[in-house]
Amino acid sequence: MESIESQIAEWRAYVENAPGVNGRDVDELEDHLRHQIAELSAAGLSADEGFLIAVKRLGDVDGLSREYAREHSGRLWKQLLRSDADEQAHPASGWVEAFAFAAAAAVAIQVARLAADFPHEEPTWFARNVGFFVLPFLAAYFGRGRQLELRAWVLTATPFVLLALVINLYPYEPESSTEELVALHLPVVLWFVVAYPYMGGTVRSHQQRMDYVRFTGEWFIYYVLIALGGGVLMGLTAGILEPTGVDIDKVAEWVLPSGAAGAVVVAAWLVESKQRVIENMAPVLTMLFTPLFAVMLVCSAVVYAVTGLGDAFDRDLVSVFDALLVVVLALVLYGMSAREPSASPEWMDRIQLVAVVSALLLDLLVLGAMIARIGDLGFTPNRTAAVGLNLVLLVNLAGAAWLSGRFIRGRARFHQLERWQTTYLPVFALWAAAVVVIIPPVFGFD
Amino acid sequence: MHIDKDLVAASATPLVLAILADGESYGYAILKRVRALSAGEIEWTDGMLYPLLHRLQRLGYVTTEWRTPPEGRRRKYYAITNAGRAALAEQQQQWMTVTRALKDVWPGSGAVMTALGEA
Repeated sequence: MESIESQIAEWRAYVENAPGVNGRDVDELEDHLRHQIAELSAAGLSADEGFLIAVKRLGDVDGLSREYAREHSGRLWKQLLRSDADEQAHPASGWVEAFAFAAAAAVAIQVARLAADFPHEEPTWFARNVGFFVLPFLAAYFGRGRQLELRAWVLTATPFVLLALVINLYPYEPESSTEELVALHLPVVLWFVVAYPYMGGTVRSHQQRMDYVRFTGEWFIYYVLIALGGGVLMGLTAGILEPTGVDIDKVAEWVLPSGAAGAVVVAAWLVESKQRVIENMAPVLTMLFTPLFAVMLVCSAVVYAVTGLGDAFDRDLVSVFDALLVVVLALVLYGMSAREPSASPEWMDRIQLVAVVSALLLDLLVLGAMIARIGDLGFTPNRTAAVGLNLVLLVNLAGAAWLSGRFIRGRARFHQLERWQTTYLPVFALWAAAVVVIIPPVFGFD
Repeated sequence: MHIDKDLVAASATPLVLAILADGESYGYAILKRVRALSAGEIEWTDGMLYPLLHRLQRLGYVTTEWRTPPEGRRRKYYAITNAGRAALAEQQQQWMTVTRALKDVWPGSGAVMTALGEA
């Protein structure tokens, strides 16, 4: 019996190392294995023979681990992507490809910059189109990595082409605020367009939508890290070259745009391949900042509920409020994507609910003030965009608050909460697209 | 008789839910029951049952509990929920419709099972 125990221990260690499988899963599988061995032994086989047959019946560990990873994609989502058989066929397609696309984006933005003579001139077409110099390369990088079929390539390219035509054919008035809105919203729309190649040519799968949310969060963290590193590098370069009389502003003019564009693709590649490093950091950051934001939101909600928005309410304040609400939503979404879905409610869920409810109150205050102002002064492009965004957020937060309240009281599954958010994602995309495509003509391109 | 892989996969959820509807159970016992019910014709790779059970848990069709029976090792028990029963009823409707349609289009009701196997 000694040897069978050591064989089981060895098997356990092997299965535990498989991606997507955790210790509890192995406990369950081991129980199964022991049952099977006991039954085979009772039928007259030796323990060794029983062990061999039982292991064989459990199935090969790679296939098993893939099934587990598919079900618990939140647990270790990247190993699923990376252990796909077809990806193993191109082990070299890693960094070379990523850097090629990053370089292409860096060159594209440089060409556009020279054509615009930025930063000496600041033509509005440059700001308006900036997404087009970068994000198509990211889309192409994913398209290649996921080996899209021709149809999916066409469907990826179509929105880029259509949007590029639309926003450049519109006859904006000089100093037009609709043009500013386009410049602000287009990158958001394009980011949603990139979701299509990221998901491998589908948008229906809710699990993959959650993966894209996860990707966005991790990408953001990497991008900030790269930007910090780049800032240190530029600062040191400036310090070292200053005595030689090199014009550092001239250098920065060339390096910064290319670096910022290339980093978009490089950060995406890092998320895909170096996931394991950051995986421990992202949930910690969420854990840290969700309570802090909850406290801050509760305080602001109380203050504004007492004093009212009154005179303090202006365009800048609206932008701050909207930025705050978007950050809260991002924290909620990201916290959700980093959570083990089958776990029961814990204190973090309660804190999140507090944050969401306070955000909801603030959103209602802002909306009330904005609608009053529109009643007095009528619609403008900026007010319409702001009201729309606040309405979209309001519905999302209300749904999230309602469902997480039910979840905490044990009346709903976490799955429903996740579903609500992944179902709602297209609404954000559609709203941003509406601001880009519909609002300018409605307001006469003013 | 070899049963097509897709068919085995499609029938897995209703089978497991139906077995749990008879009372709570654990992985190995569920698998034995499937073998007994199909007289050994439905062959699963044993390990694949567990990701399926976890999926049913995530969807809220089953609840789980780790328990140590008096004589043995710690074991994870699965029990069906009301949502699971509703899903089972829904699945039953679908399978009924499919088999009825096949029965109508194939002469002789016995042909249904054979033909499903050759699919």
